[in-house]
Amino acid sequence: MTIEEPEIKQYTLSILVRNHAGVLSHVAGLFTRRGYNIESITAGITERSDITRITIVVTGDNKIVEQVLKQCQKLVDVIKVTSLKYNESVTRELAIISVKAQPENRSRIIEIAGVFNANVVDMAEDALILEAVGNARHINSIIQLLSPFGIEDIARTGVAALAYRSRIAPIN
Amino acid sequence: MKLKGADIVIESLKFHGVDLVFGYPGGTIMPVYDALYRAGFKHILARHEQGAAHAADGYARATGKTGVVIATSGPGATNLVTGLMTAYMDSVPLIAITGQVATSSIGTDAFQEADIYGITIPITKYNYLVKDVDRLAETFAEAFYIARSGRPGPVLIDIPKDVQLAMADYAPVAEADIPLLRYTPKPVYDFEAQLDQLVELIRQAERPLLYVGGGATTSGASEAVQRLARMADIPVGHTLAGLGVFPGDDPLSVGMVGMHGGRYANEAISGADLLIAAGARFDDRVTGKISEFAKRAKIVHIEIDPAEVGKIVPTDLAIIGDLKQVLERLLVKLEPVSLDRHERWRGQIADWQAQYPLVRAESATTIKPQAVIQTIAELTRGEAIITTGVGQHQMWAAMFSDHRHPRHFISSGGLGTMGFCIPSGIGAQLGRPDKLVVTITGDGSFQMNIQELATAAYYNIPVKIIILNNGYLGMVRQWQELFFEHRYSATDLEDGNPDFVMVSKGFGVEAFRVTRPSELRATLEKAFAYPGPVVVDCRVEKEENVFPMIPSGGTVNDTIGS
Repeated sequence: MTIEEPEIKQYTLSILVRNHAGVLSHVAGLFTRRGYNIESITAGITERSDITRITIVVTGDNKIVEQVLKQCQKLVDVIKVTSLKYNESVTRELAIISVKAQPENRSRIIEIAGVFNANVVDMAEDALILEAVGNARHINSIIQLLSPFGIEDIARTGVAALAYRSRIAPIN
Repeated sequence: MKLKGADIVIESLKFHGVDLVFGYPGGTIMPVYDALYRAGFKHILARHEQGAAHAADGYARATGKTGVVIATSGPGATNLVTGLMTAYMDSVPLIAITGQVATSSIGTDAFQEADIYGITIPITKYNYLVKDVDRLAETFAEAFYIARSGRPGPVLIDIPKDVQLAMADYAPVAEADIPLLRYTPKPVYDFEAQLDQLVELIRQAERPLLYVGGGATTSGASEAVQRLARMADIPVGHTLAGLGVFPGDDPLSVGMVGMHGGRYANEAISGADLLIAAGARFDDRVTGKISEFAKRAKIVHIEIDPAEVGKIVPTDLAIIGDLKQVLERLLVKLEPVSLDRHERWRGQIADWQAQYPLVRAESATTIKPQAVIQTIAELTRGEAIITTGVGQHQMWAAMFSDHRHPRHFISSGGLGTMGFCIPSGIGAQLGRPDKLVVTITGDGSFQMNIQELATAAYYNIPVKIIILNNGYLGMVRQWQELFFEHRYSATDLEDGNPDFVMVSKGFGVEAFRVTRPSELRATLEKAFAYPGPVVVDCRVEKEENVFPMIPSGGTVNDTIGS
């Protein structure tokens, strides 16, 4: 498995919507029919049970993302859309990775997992399941390093994100 | 008050000001039809759900009210799809009520089950599947509010049969009382600063041009547009949907712009130094090649839908808001400003007009399609409501009709739906019984919802249907002639066409045929005076082309036939 670095810029959109049965279809459908490619999408309720936060990662240029934002904003269910800047937001993804692990490789794999703060959640005679949490780069790195051992299956949650609350003064 | 869901539907319709609905019954919508019956509610039975949807659309466009269409689940609902999308593309307020299989059967591929909620997500402004009868009144309040506010559009409400039969407490819910968290149909941006900029741009402009679209009709901005044009001496171009916003015979009008606009109108766009787009969306049928569109002009976009700004062309100044409201504020600001007249610019446009007039085809032996429209215009003097199908006849109707009032030219502009003609004429006539309604169509479009002749006949809806019958799918044939070396693939309808006079009479609709130019005027007069629906089969020049024409993606310099 090879992990390709995105050539076009990725944008993380954080969308607050009214929480009801069809809302994800409304939002996801907008992206499809306007030709915007969704890299990842996650959704879950917020501190208010009537409001859901959808986090969508899209690729495209500035102009496309501006259109996406406007089209999204206009959906009746959408309360607020923000485009999160990479260095001004916490972005996290969970990956569950099943990797082939013969006894002679096992300690090497566990060592890699340790470097990436990934936990071993299941162990078979010939395989391990790891859970890794981090930003997309972090997850991509561990996948790349595990690839030579033979990855059997991966389940990734997609990105969840929030803007930082703290402000750091620029370094002179 | 405890009511059945179906009765809540009727009470809600009444409460939101509806006195007429269009539709077609079927299994899962029977409780609603029973409630309509018991309430004595006025319902127009179409002969196909698509016809019912277009009729509700024509009714909405002619009156400015929200049209309502009712259909059953499954095929009834899917037959609405073209009608909903037609309304969506042209921002027409419509409520579609569909029956659905009982909630316990949803998802089981039950008889006549279709996921119309899922199907209509991309073609409605919003839609609902109401699973709880207690939510019904509130849903109707939201739906009407969403359909008619901001940039209007169709809203679908899918109601399972058991919800129609369930009992609930009913109290009317006003549009104002609904909890839509952040839906802001009338953006409350402060546009004072932008207006000051616009005043300055208008003051400095030497070659200004207004470009008005359907938004001007929707917001009722016709009078404000006229005052602005006259006060600041700005010529006015129209999109198809904007026709009638500004009087076509006014010296400041340059008519329709775009692919089949007058060449002088497109020269004006190309030569302008200030283009004010008012309630228009830079459709590709208007812009042609985008990089060349109005490239000498500063572009100002006044628009209620922020997503339209910068979607197609970059703008120098955007003002988000209701057009009428924006223009009225602008007029107040312009009042004390001394503004130049633009004699040289108007002179330039007049020169273009003299150099490239619209071709007024004439023939003593064959009926020219343009001559039919011109004769209708002479007989009705801009007072008739015109509805159309899609194709050559639509463009001739747009070019040669006498446009004097908004809501008098009703046509499927965005989606380009053939067969919009007869049902939209029926709807417009029911909405405006005081008006002569003339439906202009082609032999292709006429046959696409021909079944609605039965509706016109049954209710004696006196719409006048004029067929420009050239025996071809004319617009496609024109493109085949121009761009496919005369290979007329599947566009010759002549041999397969029925006898339209006989067919119409079979439906119980009076019908005439005209084959000679000398009979044209008298036949149209006879038709317009007839106290009921009429079809006039005009046998027109077979291979007449709609000119001028800018080929798709071209510029004014690529204009053919001027």
